[in-house]
Amino acid sequence: MTIDRKYEMARKRQDMAGKVIVFTSAILLIILVISLFYFVASKGLSTFVKDRISLKEFLLSTVWSPDRDIPAVGALPFILGSIFVSVFAIMISGPLGVSSAIFMVEISKKLGQKILQPAIEIFVGIPSVVYGWLGLSVLVPFIGKHFGGLGFSLLAGILVLTIMTLPTITSVSADAIRSLPIEIREASYALGATRWQTIRHVIIPAAKSGILTAIVLGLARAFGEALAVQMVIGNRPVIPKSFLEPMSTITSIITMDMGNTVMGSVWNDALWSLALLLLLISFTFIIIIRLVGRRGMYK
Amino acid sequence: MKKIEVKDLDLFYGDVQALKNVNLSVEANSVLALIGPSGCGKSTFIRTLNRMNDLIEGVKINGTVLLDGQDVYKEVDVIELRKRVGMVFQKPNPFPMTVYDNVAYGPRIHGIKDKKKLNEMVEKSLKAAALWDEVKDRLHKSALSLSGGQQQRLCIARTLAVEPEVILMDEPTSALDPISTMKIEELIEELKNKYTIIVVTHNMQQAGRVSDYTAFFLNGEVIECGPTDQVFYNPKDKRTEDYITGRFG
Repeated sequence: MTIDRKYEMARKRQDMAGKVIVFTSAILLIILVISLFYFVASKGLSTFVKDRISLKEFLLSTVWSPDRDIPAVGALPFILGSIFVSVFAIMISGPLGVSSAIFMVEISKKLGQKILQPAIEIFVGIPSVVYGWLGLSVLVPFIGKHFGGLGFSLLAGILVLTIMTLPTITSVSADAIRSLPIEIREASYALGATRWQTIRHVIIPAAKSGILTAIVLGLARAFGEALAVQMVIGNRPVIPKSFLEPMSTITSIITMDMGNTVMGSVWNDALWSLALLLLLISFTFIIIIRLVGRRGMYK
Repeated sequence: MKKIEVKDLDLFYGDVQALKNVNLSVEANSVLALIGPSGCGKSTFIRTLNRMNDLIEGVKINGTVLLDGQDVYKEVDVIELRKRVGMVFQKPNPFPMTVYDNVAYGPRIHGIKDKKKLNEMVEKSLKAAALWDEVKDRLHKSALSLSGGQQQRLCIARTLAVEPEVILMDEPTSALDPISTMKIEELIEELKNKYTIIVVTHNMQQAGRVSDYTAFFLNGEVIECGPTDQVFYNPKDKRTEDYITGRFG
């Protein structure tokens, strides 16, 4: 009896300890997220509240000269820059990534497992500074020599991001395709479909939501990448007239300027507003991914 | 008339022999039931008839399978073969698309684009699978919203839409409730007027109810094959008798 009681007490204590640890961690995480958001928002909003700059000017003006006596903080060139590099990069890496996913799962499993899969894992693990450096020393001179201009350009940014988002898109869509039940492939083959018909009419539609998730994840990665882009894009706060001209993105202007500004200045506040904008955009991406994931028929 | 003739068929998964010297023939417009304990090679066997085993790596096949006298491994194109020999699987496996698109899938991949023709084929196939009345108002809803029994009949309709000559069924009712099972059994009874049917089943009563002929498989060999009544009530082999009377399996 007493032994039983003792054992029960010990078990209860352990249960309690476990609950406390898990609960505290969860609360801590939530506090962290909220305070982070609060901090960025309070800083970012002071551009509009304290410095009296209109939201319209910030989002739609193309003049960025925050160090003048009457500072102008039009962020449109950066917003467009981020959109251009990410969207064009995804337009290349999306089809490429999905095709390689199909290749490694449906067409050549052996090659996929032995070569492509490990290669992709390595690609994911390479730090972005390495991509940036490679872009800087290989891509930029190449573009300058063969297409004209300095080489530091929108095009260089797009190509670096294409390579950086490719592994994300490939591995996430490969997982989505791999998780489809073998039965629907068999059903298609048993009806006399060829492999290509099966891929085109059964596999891709069935994996659609997973593939979409992969593409949005790639887009989010491209949007958030700072260093590698900053190293090759040229960092000029203008809207370029061609792919070969330099420009800036939201992330690149933040990393370029953050060391040069004084806390509390309009310039500094405007950078925080850009950071807030980035945060909101990544929230949007997360929401899109969740919505797309929920719509998927196969989990 | 013999629809399918199998002669001296051996099948290996790597080094493991799954089928040993199988000799069988199937009459046109009849139902052949394949019975036997799990892992005896029944499913492997029917998959040799439409060459689904081609999809599995390391499978080696010796012997001949004749469809209307033609060797399906040498003289018939695999796409053509699978059009002529349809298959219904153990687990209902509709595509994640609408009811209509599921049935129209086969005709479409075989090149039929005409909307009117497709509509006709879908309706005809769903009627033949005794599903039309239940789904005619939701042809454009997802097939995954149907019940298990309806999904399986949809898979049968999808198979019929390709206008096959032979239908292979691999334990088509094992995942279904008794009422759905009954509907499928009635369906098999009806379908045999037009098609030759081979059905794998674990359910002895089912074999007795639906089939004209029965083949008993054990460890990759056909132990006995003949008219169902004879195999059930007057088996020639002791092992068949033991299995049917429930002594093992």
